[in-house]
Amino acid sequence: MLSRATALPKLGYVSASAAFLLAALLGVLVADIAVSALDPWAEMRRLLAGLIRPDLVSIELRSVVWTVAFAVLGVSLGATSGFLLALGFARVRAIRVLSAFLRSVHELFWALLIIQFAGISPLTGILAIAIPYAGIFAKVFSEMIEEADLAAERVLPKGASIISTFAYVRIPELAPQFWTYTLYRLECGMRSTLVLGFIGLPTIGFHLDSFFKQGHYPQAAALLFAFYLLIGTRRIWARPATLPLLIVVSLLVLPEAYPGGSILDNFLRFASQIVPAPLRGADLLALATWSNLTSWFSPILTRQIVPGIVQTLVLSQIALVATGLLALGLFPLICRRFAGPVGRPLGRVALVIVRSTPEYMLVYVLLQLLGPSMLPAIIALSLHNGGIIGYLMGRHADELVYRPDAPKGLNLYCYETVPRLYGQFLAYMLYRWEIIIRESAIFGILGVATLGYYIDGAISEIRLDVALVLILATAVLSMAVDKLSRMLRKRLRVEAMPTRLSEAPVGSGSDQARLACIR
Amino acid sequence: MKRFLAIVTGLVLGFAGAAAAQDKPPFVFTAIPDQDETRLVERFTRVADYLQGKLGVPVKYLPVKSYPAAVTAFSNNQVQLAWFGGFTGVQARKQVPGSDAIAQGAEDVAFKSFIIANVSTGLKASTEFPKGIAGKTFSFGARASTSGRLMPEHFIREAFAGRMPEEVFSRVGFSGDHSRTIQVVQSGAYEVGVLDYSVWDLEKKAGKIDESKVVVLWETPTFPDYQWTVRGDVDAVHGAGFKAKLVAALLAIDDPAILSQFARSKFIPARNADYAPIEEVAKAANLLN
Repeated sequence: MLSRATALPKLGYVSASAAFLLAALLGVLVADIAVSALDPWAEMRRLLAGLIRPDLVSIELRSVVWTVAFAVLGVSLGATSGFLLALGFARVRAIRVLSAFLRSVHELFWALLIIQFAGISPLTGILAIAIPYAGIFAKVFSEMIEEADLAAERVLPKGASIISTFAYVRIPELAPQFWTYTLYRLECGMRSTLVLGFIGLPTIGFHLDSFFKQGHYPQAAALLFAFYLLIGTRRIWARPATLPLLIVVSLLVLPEAYPGGSILDNFLRFASQIVPAPLRGADLLALATWSNLTSWFSPILTRQIVPGIVQTLVLSQIALVATGLLALGLFPLICRRFAGPVGRPLGRVALVIVRSTPEYMLVYVLLQLLGPSMLPAIIALSLHNGGIIGYLMGRHADELVYRPDAPKGLNLYCYETVPRLYGQFLAYMLYRWEIIIRESAIFGILGVATLGYYIDGAISEIRLDVALVLILATAVLSMAVDKLSRMLRKRLRVEAMPTRLSEAPVGSGSDQARLACIR
Repeated sequence: MKRFLAIVTGLVLGFAGAAAAQDKPPFVFTAIPDQDETRLVERFTRVADYLQGKLGVPVKYLPVKSYPAAVTAFSNNQVQLAWFGGFTGVQARKQVPGSDAIAQGAEDVAFKSFIIANVSTGLKASTEFPKGIAGKTFSFGARASTSGRLMPEHFIREAFAGRMPEEVFSRVGFSGDHSRTIQVVQSGAYEVGVLDYSVWDLEKKAGKIDESKVVVLWETPTFPDYQWTVRGDVDAVHGAGFKAKLVAALLAIDDPAILSQFARSKFIPARNADYAPIEEVAKAANLLN
């Protein structure tokens, strides 16, 4: 133990926080954060006026139904595959790498790839959710298996097979956790399917895109409220008992796909186009082929990948620190000691709304209001993540036991609450880091110059080989940050602290199930 | 339980029946989403009705969210016909060998773009390329737009000794479509922009342009643009002579309601070779392999 401690350079909460602050400050110096709209307030007023008077009649009900159906089927498929992967997760390295890869590519990028051969179809919507979610489920389920209490295993008769051990000991122990987590994920799944509408699938996002683009705010507001209602009532309609019915109904109501050509032909064409252009039909033994490949790749690296990664990091480091500051500022709002009995429920509602709003949509709207720059993405990321972490911190703060003569107000906050929770705060922040990176890359599609910006360009030029290379670059970036974050959590000794929303202290509330998922 | 089974059986049979009735596949088309969506839906629903009457098969319009999505739907055979821009048409025909440009608007032979500016820039209309736009913020339309990106970029390079737009302007953005380009320049989010002249005219007619805020600076030289492109395998699916019937139907469109929504006076025949200049410019700009 001693040797290990001396081998690692000392890393305290203060120096870690200072390093992140410094990175964000450097980011602010080079970031493009201008407000270029001449009169953002006029449009903002129209938006607010629309939110106050939602046009409920205009709701396209089918899009709401399909949002749920895609999410139910995508999450179910993802959970099932994730469960199977989780069985070998701890033992097989290849499964861990595969899962890490699947979840490191954002669902919107998966959708952009799948749509190339499966077209605008239910299959695209379901797979785009199921694939990355399988990677997430694999990791979380395997963590749950690892942490499970195995007392029952010791009383099994000798020679009990692995299968019966699993079925009679592990499953009963783990099933409730698995269910709770899967149903949490359904909420994320609905946010994801909504966002898929922005690229053409017939979900709520399809119409939100049209309404926002044309400034039809009352109609957009109605759809958004319908979405909040879905999220708010999820506990009522999504339960282990209703899930089979939900799956059957989802299958039945799926939109009819436009009959395309043979999916095999389309897939073969797609497969041939993701091969880098210089390698297609070339002699792989010829030296010239490989020098062609190098000259194909080097401008992609220097003009797209490197600037894309730099901008993605600039955005995410600023957003991460903004998230932290916001979370530290917000959590007293839902805290018994600070907000009191009246403020607390209001604070909670505000945080739930902030959290349920898909960041992608928020950036989309803010870009229209504030004009093009990184600012909308910073605001959206820090509001969303700050809302989530603030909520969790509030929960932890309510669990703290204070001395009877503890100070009050600002003194309590600065000298006791925050110091005692700071390790937990860092654990959440480091966990969110990788998620913020993935989202930052995605916002490129909306015009912020992160990696997604170049991916959008490659797709527009129908250069699927370039798009794939860029998507792989986002995957590598987010896996690297994931690894770094885990290392830091270990170094800071906060790795054992909860990071998932489902593990947050529940206190007296039975509303644990209303919590959204952390990933 | 019995009732539940009955419902499930009914649904399954119903679906099977629906599938059987679809022996005759519908003829589906799409269009690049180049402007105000409400207008597009109105326009193309009308076209679908018209074509259905002429062709004797169910005709459907599949709306998409982006230019490349229209090309993808075409290459996947989710749509058999599309209203493409000059560049997206070239992309699509490259993806689907055997597909052909069959009809274009009379105006598409010599199409043009408008460079527009927010009045706060103080820039004035001119007959020469407005070099004063250098250093301003600049918005194209969609990345794969012919009149909103490809050709304007070409003219910008010509005017500024081959420099890329990113080097000429202080900020370059892609608004997504021509109507949005007007909005972002009018709102001042961008100082200068470029768009399809016909959409400018349509939006002006619709009263959506505030000319005290946004003005046309310059109109570009002309180039070939929009066209209807059809897949080569439609005769195999819908019977011999289907393509000829389709061409005839498109060329015969004389309903002023349809034509005015397109901002076209009539449709005339088109050939793939008409778009060779576009292909050349796209290759020179490294937007096409």
